[in-house]
Amino acid sequence: MKTENQKAWFFVLPVLILVAFNAIIPMMTVVNYSVQETFGDNLFFWEGLTWFEQILNSERFHNALGRQFFFTFMILIIEIPLGIAIALSMPRKGFWVPVCLILMSLPMLIPWNVVGAMWNIFALPDIGLLGYFFNHVLGINYDMTQDPTAAWITIIAMDVWHWTSLVVLLAYAGLVSIPDAYYQAAKIDGASNWSVFRFIQLPKMKNVLTIAILLRFMDSFNIYTEPFVLTGGGPGNSTTFLSIDLVKIALGQFDLGPAAAMSLIYFAITLLVSWLFYTLMNRENLNDYEEVEH
Amino acid sequence: MAKITLSKVRHSYMPNPSRPEDYALQSIDLEWDDGGAYALLGPSGCGKTTLLNLISGLRTPSEGKILFDDQDVTNLSPDQRNIAQVFQFPVIYDTMNVYDNLAFPLRNRGVEKSVIDQRVREVAEMLEVSDMLKRKAAGLSPDNKQKLSMGRGLVRDDVNVVMFDEPLTVIDPHLKWKLRSKLKELHQSIRHTMIYVTHDQTEALTFADQVVVMDRGQVVQIGTPVELFERPAHTFVGHFIGSPGMNVLPCDVKEGVAMLGDTAIELDGPIDRSRQGKTEIGVRPEFVSLVDEGIEATVRRISDVGRHHVIEAMIGSHPVAAIHKGDIPDLGESIKLSFKASQTRLYVDGWLAMQDSPVNRGETYEN
Repeated sequence: MKTENQKAWFFVLPVLILVAFNAIIPMMTVVNYSVQETFGDNLFFWEGLTWFEQILNSERFHNALGRQFFFTFMILIIEIPLGIAIALSMPRKGFWVPVCLILMSLPMLIPWNVVGAMWNIFALPDIGLLGYFFNHVLGINYDMTQDPTAAWITIIAMDVWHWTSLVVLLAYAGLVSIPDAYYQAAKIDGASNWSVFRFIQLPKMKNVLTIAILLRFMDSFNIYTEPFVLTGGGPGNSTTFLSIDLVKIALGQFDLGPAAAMSLIYFAITLLVSWLFYTLMNRENLNDYEEVEH
Repeated sequence: MAKITLSKVRHSYMPNPSRPEDYALQSIDLEWDDGGAYALLGPSGCGKTTLLNLISGLRTPSEGKILFDDQDVTNLSPDQRNIAQVFQFPVIYDTMNVYDNLAFPLRNRGVEKSVIDQRVREVAEMLEVSDMLKRKAAGLSPDNKQKLSMGRGLVRDDVNVVMFDEPLTVIDPHLKWKLRSKLKELHQSIRHTMIYVTHDQTEALTFADQVVVMDRGQVVQIGTPVELFERPAHTFVGHFIGSPGMNVLPCDVKEGVAMLGDTAIELDGPIDRSRQGKTEIGVRPEFVSLVDEGIEATVRRISDVGRHHVIEAMIGSHPVAAIHKGDIPDLGESIKLSFKASQTRLYVDGWLAMQDSPVNRGETYEN
């Protein structure tokens, strides 16, 4: 006996309305702008795919995209291994566990623009602790307002400081879920430390690391606040990432059409790369379980 | 391969143990002969896993010595002791296939490739996993995973001892039996010393030639399954082994005769009159029968367990179980019971107190 009715729709409706208002409708206005030219007095002219072509062919976009990928690449390549290394060296039980966990969580609790402001002051060559130390103690010329390399290093250092904890906490959660018997068995099997990491810890952390990589990819690829407060995209355009460039076009130049087209391209790239990461990392898992015996 | 000797081994998980209660293992002296199949049987928390971990080297005893033949291994690490251990939950290396899992302990020891290949195939054959060698280990069913954990222990042909720590906990009941027989068969073909830890009497009695019964950090009795069943050295063993366990009835002793109320109970032999303390009669339900003339009892409960009935009756205020085939009495009915003399014994303070009984092992053990 199966009764059919349509009541289920009532339960789904609130979510549909919510998603419509916070995602679909705003997104469609962006789609709307991306195919038109706007003037004052709400005058709109149909432009088709002109803005998309223009953005995709512009050197400015290519450069920002390149910088964006380079930044994200650096972030992942530093934060993931560093996070795993810190998680591995954290104590598994005892008094220091909560201490470590709280210390690790602190950077993530600080508002993003405060992080930017902190590092800005920290890096000032004359009064900032870091800037002063480099220039006056080590004697290294360091000024991120002048030197693009210094600006890049500062931004990356800031992000590593701010977000490595996330990787640490996720990796740590994966590590503590490994039963003692695994380590004991490895000891008995005569496994080296590297083997323990390679064949026990890393595989057990795989799922949480997938999440860590995805989150760090999306966040770093969409980063705006911190570099905006720290360097404002400079010196020159050297740290102008996609989001900073987008805001310049949309709010600085008020080119709503190109900005909308760029938003959509930006969104599509983020989505595509996330999807790629996810499928690549999950494909192995699926393979594992296809072979389950019944 | 080696004979394993534990000499005055004590272990505590506390940094500064002072009272006997602080010790998870009280003083233990044990010898495990080379090639034997042993079971370590006891309730949860009795210290059997601790004892196992001391032998394997995962823990170092607080006091005492552990010898493999004549070599003192007390402070050696597990891989130096060359032992194998199978844990309660299957431990497998998820990312490797079955072959690599089995080869792992050998590769870590730098064994030659051709030797590894030969050993892996032999062990796979024994465990009946030859057709899965190329499969990823993560996808195996729990019983095959546990076989794989065993296989990693068996693949080294020079191990001193293979230890199993309740290895069948996660296995489905119908496969438990299969794996248990497999283990027994393996022991017979390779003759490694095997120690099997369990709290399940059936597992212990079917696997082992010698069963070591433990309770609260002490060895209570060592014996063959038959000895443990027919002549428990302590009421704890009588209780713990058997279904239902041995009946233990408080009694008086007058001039060398055990008295249950006013009835003299005939025992297996003369009692050891040198011992003083709380006196009890122990008799297994299998040896309690319903008769026309005997000890008066009232039927309180009857359970049908298939092949026979278990009748629970009260002698005064003490319950007695009897295994009975045939017509069953009614609840509340008065019946007469008799104990088979050759299987009825006296226990003083829990310990067997017959004249020919061996000296009890743990002096400090009290029930």
